[in-house]
Amino acid sequence: MFSLSRKDVTTLAIFSVIVLTMPIWLSPLGAAYPGLMQKFAIYAIFAIGFNILFGLTGYLSFGHAAFLGVGSYTAVWSFKLLSMDMIPALIFAVIFAGIFALFIGYFSLRRSGIYFSILTLAFAQMSYSLAYSVLTPITNGETGLLIARDDPRAIDALLGVNQTTSGMPTPSLLGFDLGGYGGFYICAVVSIAAFFLSQKIFASPFGMALRGIKSNQTRMKYTGFDTKPYMLTAFVISGMFAGLAGGLLAVTDPIAGAERMKWTESGNIVLMTILGGVGTLVGPVVGAWLIKYFENIFSAINVNMLNAFFDFLPEGMQAVMVTILSKFVGEGWHLTLGLMFVVIVVFLPGGLVEGTERLMRWLRRRSKERDEPTGQVASGRTGNE
Amino acid sequence: MSKAPPNVVLHVADVFKNFGGLKALSDIDLQIVEGQTHAIIGPNGAGKSTLLNVIIGQLPPTSGAVIFEGAMLTGLPPHKINQLGISRVFQTPEIFADLSVLYNVMAPAFARRDGAFRIDMFNAVQDQSDIREEAETLLREFGLSDRRDDHAGALSRGDKRRLELAMCLIQRPRLLLLDEPTAGMSRHDTNTTIDLLKAIKQRGMTIVIIEHDMHVVFSLADQISVLAQGRFIASGLPQEVKDDPRVKEAYLGVPAE
Repeated sequence: MFSLSRKDVTTLAIFSVIVLTMPIWLSPLGAAYPGLMQKFAIYAIFAIGFNILFGLTGYLSFGHAAFLGVGSYTAVWSFKLLSMDMIPALIFAVIFAGIFALFIGYFSLRRSGIYFSILTLAFAQMSYSLAYSVLTPITNGETGLLIARDDPRAIDALLGVNQTTSGMPTPSLLGFDLGGYGGFYICAVVSIAAFFLSQKIFASPFGMALRGIKSNQTRMKYTGFDTKPYMLTAFVISGMFAGLAGGLLAVTDPIAGAERMKWTESGNIVLMTILGGVGTLVGPVVGAWLIKYFENIFSAINVNMLNAFFDFLPEGMQAVMVTILSKFVGEGWHLTLGLMFVVIVVFLPGGLVEGTERLMRWLRRRSKERDEPTGQVASGRTGNE
Repeated sequence: MSKAPPNVVLHVADVFKNFGGLKALSDIDLQIVEGQTHAIIGPNGAGKSTLLNVIIGQLPPTSGAVIFEGAMLTGLPPHKINQLGISRVFQTPEIFADLSVLYNVMAPAFARRDGAFRIDMFNAVQDQSDIREEAETLLREFGLSDRRDDHAGALSRGDKRRLELAMCLIQRPRLLLLDEPTAGMSRHDTNTTIDLLKAIKQRGMTIVIIEHDMHVVFSLADQISVLAQGRFIASGLPQEVKDDPRVKEAYLGVPAE
């Protein structure tokens, strides 16, 4: 049940090492603070789950942020009503997001292609308005759902766990505080588990059936597969991953707001998956990290930093460079993201993962050519010789 | 013709199909006997495709019924019809172009073993050695072994057809439906496909073949039914049908004397 092919074990090991050593290799990139690394891990989970639907079945959901939001709200309610422990919060987040996905998926999957996408978008926008205004008693509307000192927390009260220290109670895991690096490592471990699960699904007969649906639904049906329940299962699973990610967002910062369900958030997850490589195991993770990195790093750059950076240029040039580049950083970081997206989709249609694979193949071919004694001498020398 | 033999696999009983005022099929009665290859031929527009769609439940007949081993096929979704034991080959091969050739053949075997829907997330496809071996044996027989790991979409048209046949056969169907299996093929591919179908026939497979290439039909068929303007104008052994003046008329437009 827990076995993997040798290739998958290697991938999982490398993935685990990369995730767990984030604090080391991200520090030269200026991103090694827990708050951002938690986001890397959490959005990786979100993207991995989204990829199980979009990557395997080819059904493009434009409403997955709704499940993320449901996960967050559920987790915060669990903090309020049951316990500040993250375990019940995450379990309920996954269950509620799954139920929600079952409902939305049941109706959306009656159509395919663009109509399916529009239906999911419509449901997600409805959920957003519900959270933002209609369901204010549950979601606390614009302000967002917060925990309070005098929440009941039935389980905590029962067990006599009382965080009566000053200030707000904070989420914990079996009594351990989840602030800072603790929170990051929890998210990292959960993201590794999510990655493992997606590897299992990719290699399983279930995953093969989903790929068959993407490849040729007519053949699937005439081969005896009932495609509807397969797609619905994939939809619910990916919704549960989103709920898990939403729950973890609440664990690292116990607040849930409606803006998490907005359509731009749904769009982001689509961008992440496409940027990294739809249908590949690691692509969505790479995409998620890249977008979250740019969002946090580029948006923090301001004109003064640019001025300092281009200090070495003559004054006129410096002003020109800074004026142009300042449009692409800070508030305008979406411009950078947009450009990056266009370049990748146009030149690397399979995303970054396929781009890398193509580069590797090219390098291998080149080195083989170089080894041929009679072949032409390779003209350009590469640095790693 | 003799009385209904006991081993009739498929019975198309008194089927009529109208599209508005157009009588696409009239008074169609067809019995497919186990182990036989039954060809349905006819000029373009005779109603061959309509009949096929009625047989596989895609089109409900206006009246009459299609019975497969005691089960009514009318109105059943395609996957249920397949699960009953009918596999189908399309005019243009329907394969999983993005999957490897091996997976193309393995997937139908899972549908046979696990039914129309089963969530199996924790076993690996690679580890199902029985299905894998079966698929590899079949690929060897079909001369596709060396293409095993290629994307099926990269195969030639003839190879795609062979692959589609392998996908059907791994399901061990009770009835194989072939819709113009050599349409658009070169002479060479047509001949290799005929040889392949002959080999499949030899295994005792019951086959219904819709075709208008006479070379294919007379190479394979045990029984031939000729469709013209939505009716069977002749039915019987190949030689009888060949000599039937009405058939000549329908095909060549020469009036029967």
